[in-house]
Amino acid sequence: MPQMNMVQAINDALRFEMRRDPRVVVLGEDVGKVGGVFRVTQGLFDEFGDDRVIDTPLSEGGIIGTAIGMALYGLVPVPEIQFSDFIFPAYDQIVSELAKFRYRSGGEYPAKIVIRTPVGGGIRGGHYHSQSPESQFIHVAGLKVVCPSNPADAKGLLLASIRDPDPVLFFEPKRIYRAAKGEVPEGDVTVPIGKARVVRSGKHLTLVAWGAMLYEALDAANQAASQGIETEVIDLRTLWPLDIDTIVESVKKTGRVVVVHEAPKSCGFGAEIVALVNEKAFLHLEAPPLRITGFDTPFPYTLENEYLPLSHRILPGIVQTARY
Amino acid sequence: MTTLDTSDELHLKLYRQMFLIRRFEEEAARAYAQGKIGGFLHLYIGQEAIAVGAHAAMRQDDYMLTTYRDHGLALARGMAPRAAMAELFGKVTGCSKGLGGSMHFFDREHNMLGGYGIVGGHIPIGVGTAFASKYRGEDRVSMVFFGEGAVSIGDFHEGMSLASLWRLPVVFVCENNEYAMGTPISRTLSVADVSQKALGYGMARERFAAESVIHVRDRLRAIVDRVRETSEPTLVEIQTYRFRGHSMSDPGKYRTKEELEERKRKDVVLRARVELEEKGQSEALERIEKEVEDEVTDAIRFAEESPEPGPEILAPTTYTGAFAR
Repeated sequence: MPQMNMVQAINDALRFEMRRDPRVVVLGEDVGKVGGVFRVTQGLFDEFGDDRVIDTPLSEGGIIGTAIGMALYGLVPVPEIQFSDFIFPAYDQIVSELAKFRYRSGGEYPAKIVIRTPVGGGIRGGHYHSQSPESQFIHVAGLKVVCPSNPADAKGLLLASIRDPDPVLFFEPKRIYRAAKGEVPEGDVTVPIGKARVVRSGKHLTLVAWGAMLYEALDAANQAASQGIETEVIDLRTLWPLDIDTIVESVKKTGRVVVVHEAPKSCGFGAEIVALVNEKAFLHLEAPPLRITGFDTPFPYTLENEYLPLSHRILPGIVQTARY
Repeated sequence: MTTLDTSDELHLKLYRQMFLIRRFEEEAARAYAQGKIGGFLHLYIGQEAIAVGAHAAMRQDDYMLTTYRDHGLALARGMAPRAAMAELFGKVTGCSKGLGGSMHFFDREHNMLGGYGIVGGHIPIGVGTAFASKYRGEDRVSMVFFGEGAVSIGDFHEGMSLASLWRLPVVFVCENNEYAMGTPISRTLSVADVSQKALGYGMARERFAAESVIHVRDRLRAIVDRVRETSEPTLVEIQTYRFRGHSMSDPGKYRTKEELEERKRKDVVLRARVELEEKGQSEALERIEKEVEDEVTDAIRFAEESPEPGPEILAPTTYTGAFAR
């Protein structure tokens, strides 16, 4: 199997699916000749031409609205929003139109598009290039939300997203675009949407993470092991629909749960996960569930490594929860 | 250029569609007053010549999208009055199984891709269907309707900008009825001529009043033919007037009785009827009107007797899997 980073794996998935299915088109700011601001669509323009790899003006509402219309006509658009911080001009289209098409047509006519967008901190982008808005989309019934942590999952989940009948938001953690490397299966290999993965098993505590923070969670778990705490680490991979069964099964074994995410704590996705654990495994809990997250502030330029829930913030949380 | 049908037969057909919309909505208003229809009800009464004339200018395989004032276009496109009325009543037999209501009609079969409750939100969507038509090498035209209140919204400009940039076969139709809810155009727009908005996008523009359904059909047919042939979009402003309030809850106190009465003298439905009478079509008119009355009565009865959807209907309308957790 070839070694790839996240950028290469996502590019590979797009190329594979565009070769397979002429209905698939890519559109967005700089996605054509430039190959995207992070070069994720590099080379697609040369292979598929400007009617399938479409440069757009800066017009997020127009991009998503147009993609919805394309989908209604039977195309499979994969629009790119250059940074997930720029998605808000299109928020109305996503929330008011995209998420509601299946509903408004009595369940018969989904507007199926995959919105790819880089997410999260780690490149010192400050408050307009670092945010993690996933919970603002999970809260909207009708959208699926995916966030891979490694190249193989990125390719497999993107292929699955493009073929999924529902609209999907595909968040790409930009901090690990090039840092995460690994073997990626060649050809048509999908990873199912809605399935989490236990990436480290342990009996004392369940640690839930996704995207770039998975590596911080693993780092903290390894450090905790030296203090005799065996942490089970779950990579959600798909945020919605949530694989709550995998989490609950783990919590029933460990009795303790810690959730890590970059987004601010209040009403972040960790709140939903903790609520579900309380509902489904309350009598198994040995300690209060804990969230280790970004702060309820804009994402800072300086202090980025304090804002992000890096391993140095996760480790004390693990120890505190394990020893409660 | 296609030759235009100017026969009495066509005129009667268009009159029938307008009369159906008029009577359908008058009865819907009555049902609303009786509490049988909930939420909002925006009537198209006074503007019928536009939806009907536009439908006559388009092909059935073309796509049409409109605002929340959508009953007229749906009926003109061919939606059964039963499905339309049942949707207003929130019944499972409605065009969207009772889940959408008045503002959100949807009829895939007749290529009426929806009424939209967010002002301007559908404009780029119509640009997308036009893109897909061109992408597939087909010649289907998309037509998007909106009011003059929508042209200050970003989606209007983003849609216009992309359509012109990519030379897409889409006709943007602004139904200028002079009032954005209760505020006159002079207080919402810096220009009186809405079609000027096309200039900045290098887009063709047209502007005319909806004097009669035949006039609307003729003007739009020429535009649609050109758009189909050249794949160049056009912004069309059609001046019109609504006789009722913005919605049922609007008494319309922002305009004078005299203004309203004067506009009603130009009623496009009445005007078509007078013309057809003068052409000796009284008998046909009476037959048509009787048919329409029966159809509307039947639609009301059908809507009243149809069941409401149960909560189980929600599951497949949100995700492919179950919706409840």
